[in-house]
Amino acid sequence: MGFDKALSALVFFPLAWGILGLFLPEKKHAWIKGWALLGAMAALVGSIYLYLQYDGGSAAEYQFTEAWTWIPAMGVRYLVGLDGISLWLVLLTTFFTPVVVLGSFNAVEKRFKEYYFLLLALETGMLGAFVSLDIFLFYLFWEAMLIPMYFLIGIWGGKERVYAATKFFLYTMVGSLLMLVAIFYLAVQHKTQFGEVSTALSDLVRVKLDGQGWWSTQSVLFLAFALAFSIKVPLFPFHTWLPDAHVQAPTAGSVILASILLKMGGYGLLRFAFPLFPQAVHQYQGIFLALGATAIVYGACVAMIQPDIKKLVAYSSVSHMGYVIVGLFSLNSLAVHGSVYQMLNHGISTGGLFLLVGMIYERRHTREITEYGGITKAVPLFAIAFLIITLSSVALPGTNGFIGEFLILLGTWQTAPWIAAISGLGVILGAVYMLWMFQRVMYGPIKHEENKNLKDLGFREVVVLLPLLFLVFFMGIKPGFFFQKMTPSIDRLMARVATSEPAAQTKEISQNGKRDQRPAS
Amino acid sequence: MLSLIVVFPLVGFLVNGLWYALFQMSKNQRPVRAVFPGIIATAAMAASFVTSLAAWLELSGMDPHHRVIELVCFEWMKVGKFSLDFALRLDPLSALFLLVITGVGTLIHMYSIGYMADDETPGKYFAYLNLFCFAMLVLVLGASLPVLFLGWEGVGLCSYLLIGYWYADEEKATAGKKAFIVNRIGDLGFLLGMFLIFSTFGTLDFVQLKSAVLSVGTPFPAALVPTVTAIALFLFVGCAGKSAQIPLYVWLPDAMAGPTPVSALIHAATMVTSGVYLISRLNFIYSLAPDALAVVAWVGAATALFAATMAVVQTDIKKVLAYSTVSQLGYMFLGCGVAAYDAGVFHVITHAFFKALLFLGAGSVIYGMHHEQDILKMGGLRAKMPVTFKVFAVGWLAICGVAPLSGFFSKDEILWKAWSSPHGSAALWAVGAVTAVLTAFYMTRLFSLTFLGEHRQGNHGHDHAHGSHDSAHGHSHEVHESPWVMTGPLIVLAVLSAVGGWIGIPHLSWLEHWLEPVLGDHGHPVSTSSAWVEWALMAVSFSGALLGIYFGLRLYRNLKAAEALKARFSGLHKLLTHKWYVDEGYDMVFVTPIVQLSKALWKYFDVAVIDRFVNGLGRVSYWTGSSLRGMQTGSIQVYAWIFLAGLILSSGYLIFGTHLLGVIHGIR
Repeated sequence: MGFDKALSALVFFPLAWGILGLFLPEKKHAWIKGWALLGAMAALVGSIYLYLQYDGGSAAEYQFTEAWTWIPAMGVRYLVGLDGISLWLVLLTTFFTPVVVLGSFNAVEKRFKEYYFLLLALETGMLGAFVSLDIFLFYLFWEAMLIPMYFLIGIWGGKERVYAATKFFLYTMVGSLLMLVAIFYLAVQHKTQFGEVSTALSDLVRVKLDGQGWWSTQSVLFLAFALAFSIKVPLFPFHTWLPDAHVQAPTAGSVILASILLKMGGYGLLRFAFPLFPQAVHQYQGIFLALGATAIVYGACVAMIQPDIKKLVAYSSVSHMGYVIVGLFSLNSLAVHGSVYQMLNHGISTGGLFLLVGMIYERRHTREITEYGGITKAVPLFAIAFLIITLSSVALPGTNGFIGEFLILLGTWQTAPWIAAISGLGVILGAVYMLWMFQRVMYGPIKHEENKNLKDLGFREVVVLLPLLFLVFFMGIKPGFFFQKMTPSIDRLMARVATSEPAAQTKEISQNGKRDQRPAS
Repeated sequence: MLSLIVVFPLVGFLVNGLWYALFQMSKNQRPVRAVFPGIIATAAMAASFVTSLAAWLELSGMDPHHRVIELVCFEWMKVGKFSLDFALRLDPLSALFLLVITGVGTLIHMYSIGYMADDETPGKYFAYLNLFCFAMLVLVLGASLPVLFLGWEGVGLCSYLLIGYWYADEEKATAGKKAFIVNRIGDLGFLLGMFLIFSTFGTLDFVQLKSAVLSVGTPFPAALVPTVTAIALFLFVGCAGKSAQIPLYVWLPDAMAGPTPVSALIHAATMVTSGVYLISRLNFIYSLAPDALAVVAWVGAATALFAATMAVVQTDIKKVLAYSTVSQLGYMFLGCGVAAYDAGVFHVITHAFFKALLFLGAGSVIYGMHHEQDILKMGGLRAKMPVTFKVFAVGWLAICGVAPLSGFFSKDEILWKAWSSPHGSAALWAVGAVTAVLTAFYMTRLFSLTFLGEHRQGNHGHDHAHGSHDSAHGHSHEVHESPWVMTGPLIVLAVLSAVGGWIGIPHLSWLEHWLEPVLGDHGHPVSTSSAWVEWALMAVSFSGALLGIYFGLRLYRNLKAAEALKARFSGLHKLLTHKWYVDEGYDMVFVTPIVQLSKALWKYFDVAVIDRFVNGLGRVSYWTGSSLRGMQTGSIQVYAWIFLAGLILSSGYLIFGTHLLGVIHGIR
């Protein structure tokens, strides 16, 4: 297994590369772009190397682990490692960074150096959060990520960019303060129970916490974590920062936000909240299932009537991420697999949609649906790409979206059939809002003179989109390729959550419908 | 061999699709003639047909009760213990569908070469058509529910793309979208049925499912009947969507916006019969759920009658055929609903022949009349389009149920089973019989107004703009007969419509015998009536058809007679032309309220409640710390301040935290 600091090297490489890039001459825009693209590609190659080295059959919980003492007084250590879940999210991150760098070549018109530096710094923040195995370290990366994103929206965004950036920042920041408190409480508890302070995940899972009831220690701590992560997901009703942030963010910001940052919420729940507070997870399972199902339907309904394409896609994210929550909290192995898959899917399809919206925006400088109509004739290549990504978003079988939704609903049906049935409404509503939007933008007669001579996708744009289009089908046809390395890690997590299920609390689940009746088979 | 059957159309799709996307799409390109992509696509289908024939021969050489060819293509989903292969399976039931799809499909592809000759983007058209056939073949060959579902949604996608093929016309694009969404409502039912099957029997593979169901025990435990009924009904919702049954039939008439060969292939011969296929495939589940069967039968019967009433007043030649299709699909479900699955499948086959023939014949008329679809403007085409006239006459008599043409046998089989099956009743038979009379009546009306009497369109009458495809044929506006590439398939279909019913002659039925290994004994209820009843019923339904034809010919001998009839029943006529106001009702009850509710949620909940609350919180924090005003400038200070605040808060907590938690516990 390669050299032993490979993971840290991957995490900090983009930041270092970005800092070096700051010394490039300001005027040479091509150099700056090339430098950023090169760095992002190098990180992608590095992560692929890690993927190849990752041993799917290994019994170790984490691989490429590194441990350094850092702040002994607080028990904080620099602890990183990869498992079968974070591996894919790391790959998602390194995959999307070059895509958005290349996608931004024409979109950004000012302060080039800072822009690409921030993108690369952001990549380090995201990678760090995905590989942290110490909660405090995770928290630092989690917060650090906000800074570049804040500036990306605040400087290169639309008209209301400062409002949106501040809202995004405060929402997340305030939302995670309680989590920080909870982290410290856990660390102190560890000291009382084991004699030393620690914030390492592997230490904290051993801390015994009272888990009975709605307001037990475990439940309160769980809620503190869950609040932070729910805002990030974003779970209804904590989603209102998302439409503003998305609409105001530059294309690259929207893509990163949708494809990767939102995944931090689901990932955080799975990585930290689930193993740390298994009893509380069971306690609150019903509530989160209900919220997830509400998010699916609510997000879809509100998406349907948006006049702005970007806002529509933003609300569709609320709906799609609702599936992730439903799948996770169904606590069924199939559905959890589906949820992790859905996180990757949502990255591809919504990231793709934002890229496409960005491309059309660069041409017409409007995102109003009514400003388009019938443009298929003018931009046939764009139409093909848009159609494929749309189908992926409505989860047509054969595309990636189907695998995620299918597994989530199939698994959820086993624990909570009513939740699965309500979530299933998303299958219908998803088609309604996506196809309606698609029709109003692409079909019908060309209503605006300006649209007659729109330029079709150029070579660079095709290069940006092709990998996404490929993944739409590849992930739809060969999901086993992804699940293979994912399953051992998910099974371990599920076992950890399942063993802590107190018998007395099954009542909670049965409120969401009968438990499956499984007669002879 | 199985893989080849599905791979041929897929290759056709890829070749035509890539050729189109890479070379035909740029704006300065001279449009490609339809012949070249048409030949590629037709050849792909013909190859698939030949392979299907070979597969069928192989199958019939096998021992009747082990007629199964299986092929695992690749592992599709593997999640822990759950594993699902992408597998294809050929058995007598899928073999029949296979032959119909590839056979009729090849003919329609060929026909399209003529029909789409003036189209601007034939490459795209033929690519879609091939993709459709690929999906349809996956649907009938899929060895498990999810693979079938892949085909199921795949055909839905192609239907969407082809209905809205002339997308520049808003109405056509809307029709495509409507079809997709209404189908999606059905698909949710399909999904839920699938989930319930999985949680009950633990498998989604058809063969394993059958043995799981049968191994539950005989007699089937009563406690499990509600579950099985629920499964059957969920799946039937899917069927109602795909096969256009009440209450989800509304998309099919609108789907006529697509090119006519598409209507023939997708919306008559193949895709819309998928529901019948699904029920036949899962006959072992339906037969355990008599209540579900009753629902299927009555929905089928009601749809048959209801759609037939609307067909009576339509003036668009394709719309008449569309409602007729809905009605005939209702017959098929009536057959399935009385557990006579083989009768349902029989009607699928004969209907594929004669309805494809009628649609393509109508296409030939539309082509010959330069995109005129109004039958009131036609008439007298008998002389001008002799070949089309003759073949259309065969299709007309076949659907009316005149012996010995194909429609007679399959319709009679369904009616007989509706009467005699233990699941049937005289009432079901009566609805079917009345529908048969109506069918003969409206089809005769269509035939008479189109082909008989005087020609009503002057030579000036070509003012009917039809979107982008309406580039005139370049020559005169005279009504003309279609080229051989179109009439050829028509003649073949006419022959099939005439003799196709002979595979299912009562008591000698080859079909019943062939399907027995799949449909088993369920289709053979012990006959409760004697032979003379069967003959009497046959005589009644046959004379019913003749009666319908007689009145049709009499009342619609010319336009004046038709107008007089319309005036006499103007109230009823209005109700029927507005299709019983069902679309308006759906708009009022579902569409508008959902849209309004969504708007209200957004404006009054998302923005007014949650956001106001959040912004309020933000404002409070502005007041509490004036130094935080820096936030509005978006400077780096903001973060510094917040970070500091967080640090103070957290270190404070580190010191006093345990006490604080204690306080919280105290409260509790």
